[in-house]
Amino acid sequence: MNDADQVEVIMEIVDSTTILKPKGEIDLSRAPSLRTQINAAQKTKPAKLIIDLGHVPYMDSSGVATLVEAMQIARRSGTRIILCAMQERVQSIFEIARLDMVFTIVGSSEEALTV
Amino acid sequence: MSEPSREPDVRLELYSQPRLLAGARALISNIAQRIGFNEILCGQISLAIDEALCNIINHGYERRTDGRIWVSIWALGNDPPGLRIVIEDDARQVDPDSIQSRDLDDVRPGGLGVYLIQEIMDQVQYERRPHKGMRLTMVKHLPEDVQDLPRSPMPAMKTNPEMRSR
Repeated sequence: MNDADQVEVIMEIVDSTTILKPKGEIDLSRAPSLRTQINAAQKTKPAKLIIDLGHVPYMDSSGVATLVEAMQIARRSGTRIILCAMQERVQSIFEIARLDMVFTIVGSSEEALTV
Repeated sequence: MSEPSREPDVRLELYSQPRLLAGARALISNIAQRIGFNEILCGQISLAIDEALCNIINHGYERRTDGRIWVSIWALGNDPPGLRIVIEDDARQVDPDSIQSRDLDDVRPGGLGVYLIQEIMDQVQYERRPHKGMRLTMVKHLPEDVQDLPRSPMPAMKTNPEMRSR
């Protein structure tokens, strides 16, 4: 994996909640980097994991698969996973794949902290 | 699905490398925008092409990075306007009938690509190429509610802007 395939992810911890803020397009070449960083965050078993997609302008099914896998791991470990701040193009793929009914999706990370 | 009688407006040749997907997406999205598709549809069309290329890279070439992929694009006329996109490869051949989208009730990672392509595009056809590889033909028409809006003219693009990585 070269540097261009690395996804920059900012992590914040607020009490028992971990917030991840990935930046950039998530596709076949970059989904493995996101997966590694989400998995690392999940190892601490936070009560709530918020993934803020506000700086992700594009995601393909590789990125969606990464989030579905994260949701499955979260269910096993008792973590609540919430997606927030989705851009319209990213929201579109969740709607087409009918995953907007599977994930908890809210408008902002502030809102995600309160649900 | 009828064959176009003219050469494609744009022909792109690329290696089976995931890092080249972003360039292919940008090209398709820009062309779709010039034809008159709105931002959401441009994103969806480039997503469909991305998914088709991912399937070729992952399953056709089994992650080999030296496979060749050819993308041909036609801007369709006014009856109705739209895009015709043909993606060809030299990868292993499969029975076109075996390419199926999966059940969405089975929520699991992976396997969404074919479903997304079929949902986004108006026409989708997989076939074996005569000697080796597969051909995927997709058509997307401009929705009627945006056909009355002014569109940028599609310049005649007869060159082959290849994305060569080496």
